[in-house]
Amino acid sequence: MADPTTDLESLLAAADEGVALDGLLVERTDDGTYVLETPESREAGLEGEEIERALESIPSLVSNWRYWDAIGGEGTARRAFLRWCERAPPTEDRTLEDEPLEVPERYDALEDGIVREWGQLRITGELVDGGEGERRYELRHVDDADRAREELERQENPRDARELSTYDGDGRYRPLKTAPTLRSGWVFPELSGRELVDAVEFFYPATIANWHRERRGELDVDHWLETAERQTGIYDVIDELPREAVDWMAEACCVDSQCLRRREWEYEEGDELEPEGGDGPFPCREPCSLVVAAARKWAILESEAERTYELEFTTSELNQLAELIDAVADGRTDEIREADVNDGANRYRARYLRAKRFDGDGGLEATKRE
Amino acid sequence: MQALVVAAHGSHLNPDASDPTYAHADTVRETGAFDEVREAFWKEEPHFREVIRTLESDEVFVVPLFISEGYFTEQVIPRELRLEDWDPEKWDSEGTDASQVTLEAGDADKTVHYCGPVGTHDAMTDVIVQRAESVTNDSDVGEGVGLAVVGHGTERNENSAKAIEYHADRIRERDRFDEVNALFMDEEPEVDDVTDFFESSDVVVVPLFVADGYHTQEDIPEDMGLTEDYRLGWDVPTEVDGHRIWYAGAVGTEGLMADVLLERAADAGAELGNAVERVRAMTAGSDDAATDEPEPKAGN
Repeated sequence: MADPTTDLESLLAAADEGVALDGLLVERTDDGTYVLETPESREAGLEGEEIERALESIPSLVSNWRYWDAIGGEGTARRAFLRWCERAPPTEDRTLEDEPLEVPERYDALEDGIVREWGQLRITGELVDGGEGERRYELRHVDDADRAREELERQENPRDARELSTYDGDGRYRPLKTAPTLRSGWVFPELSGRELVDAVEFFYPATIANWHRERRGELDVDHWLETAERQTGIYDVIDELPREAVDWMAEACCVDSQCLRRREWEYEEGDELEPEGGDGPFPCREPCSLVVAAARKWAILESEAERTYELEFTTSELNQLAELIDAVADGRTDEIREADVNDGANRYRARYLRAKRFDGDGGLEATKRE
Repeated sequence: MQALVVAAHGSHLNPDASDPTYAHADTVRETGAFDEVREAFWKEEPHFREVIRTLESDEVFVVPLFISEGYFTEQVIPRELRLEDWDPEKWDSEGTDASQVTLEAGDADKTVHYCGPVGTHDAMTDVIVQRAESVTNDSDVGEGVGLAVVGHGTERNENSAKAIEYHADRIRERDRFDEVNALFMDEEPEVDDVTDFFESSDVVVVPLFVADGYHTQEDIPEDMGLTEDYRLGWDVPTEVDGHRIWYAGAVGTEGLMADVLLERAADAGAELGNAVERVRAMTAGSDDAATDEPEPKAGN
């Protein structure tokens, strides 16, 4: 743990270059005396012992400086994210934080734990007891907010986040890290700042970097057409996807129920897509590899001509088709009860429809109209 | 500060495809030689496109975890990393000679040392031999034994076969195995007829693939006659046409692969201290160094 005496010494050493953080300002002037400014007061001409006494009277400001000095990385996404975690005013632009907390309120809040949500992650920042401003972070699933820590599977190494994020609660592979299917039931009880950033990066790669770029107004968005036209090989075809199909694709893949990134890319500059981009804290700056791979399928499918078919259905059977599509599209098939024959997507209902309406070739009996 | 980026293919469908990437990256992490180590993927995250921005280091060494020079190393990775002024000519390679080229990344103020793929580095020869030692559990394997180095091979990319032949030639020159042959999945000489190409009763078969997957765990074992159905698994060794076939599975899962990552970065000027020696000690004669898991029975 940090030694308060060393804190003072290192702060005074840093004062040669000037210290300014979160309301604390310490400067060494040419005559060897110090200027000390806090939100409450300003004193100048302080000699060695005077400045030390004065700093000892504001331990929170001093230990806060020490913590952030150790975190370092001025201007990096890592530092900005950790400051966001405790609602500290961003160094570059205070308007970015809705309710920034100054050091006294922040220290009070850190005593109880400051909670932030990042996708399905719940981060609680706390002061270490007797740790001279040292912070510790607890990381768990948002669905486990009210569960006792002891009930959760304890994790230590940030790299374990890789394993946790590979499979969903049903043991299925999650190819999209930001899909809202992160499994719950685990906790990283005591991460350092650097470990927290590492763990978040394993759960949601590159989200911190892109969030930081966005906050600085430097997010480099690549819209659909730019991304599509860049592709080669088997993905060369995706720029042929019709304009309206890109809307359908974004509605299928990119809304909050499917991906927690907030879509910032559009069809092209000045031509926005119809579906909502989402509400998540971290942006999506270009179509991801899953969208590109699916787009290839749709580009090929959309190259087919539309035709008119004649099929025999009762009204209820036609409605049942819609129910079946809905159930699959909403990932609801597992929830439909075995004997719930009122649900059109019930397995027996689907099997009945197949028995009645499929022909000998295993497809719907339909006649193409010329 | 310096960073290592391990650039791999990854998969949307198979969660195991990235296991070797993570394992070797972790081995390098353990050495502490780099301030940052990142995995990056074409089909997983972080994507090639967004990996450089996640780094704080100003010197970045990118090593493709690919077997040969070709479409991915020459087009996809440089394009997605936004390597400015990239041109495959800058590698000045005849197919297996790419070492490194120093470029700037278009989306970040960083110097990127773009290295040749792991598969064509000389150190890869040692990994193939170590794979043969691992699968036979014999650190002196060679005498009375044949070695088949197996590649995908494809008519579209002649470099694919060149990499396989390059290592087969190097191992043959060492005079350690009685016979060494390069075999392919979809060109002559074909791995299906493996026993036709060897006189030795024991033949070690090492596929030069980065990860285990469809080809190494389904296709090749069935084509060689190790099993009727890959789902039933196979024994190591398996008797086929009077030969004992020691099938090793993908060479890329061998722990020593981490050494090749380091060698590539060192060739490009990375400061590694004693990391190479440490990795060799950590991965000597072991599979999957960083995961410490026992080798599962192949095919199960």
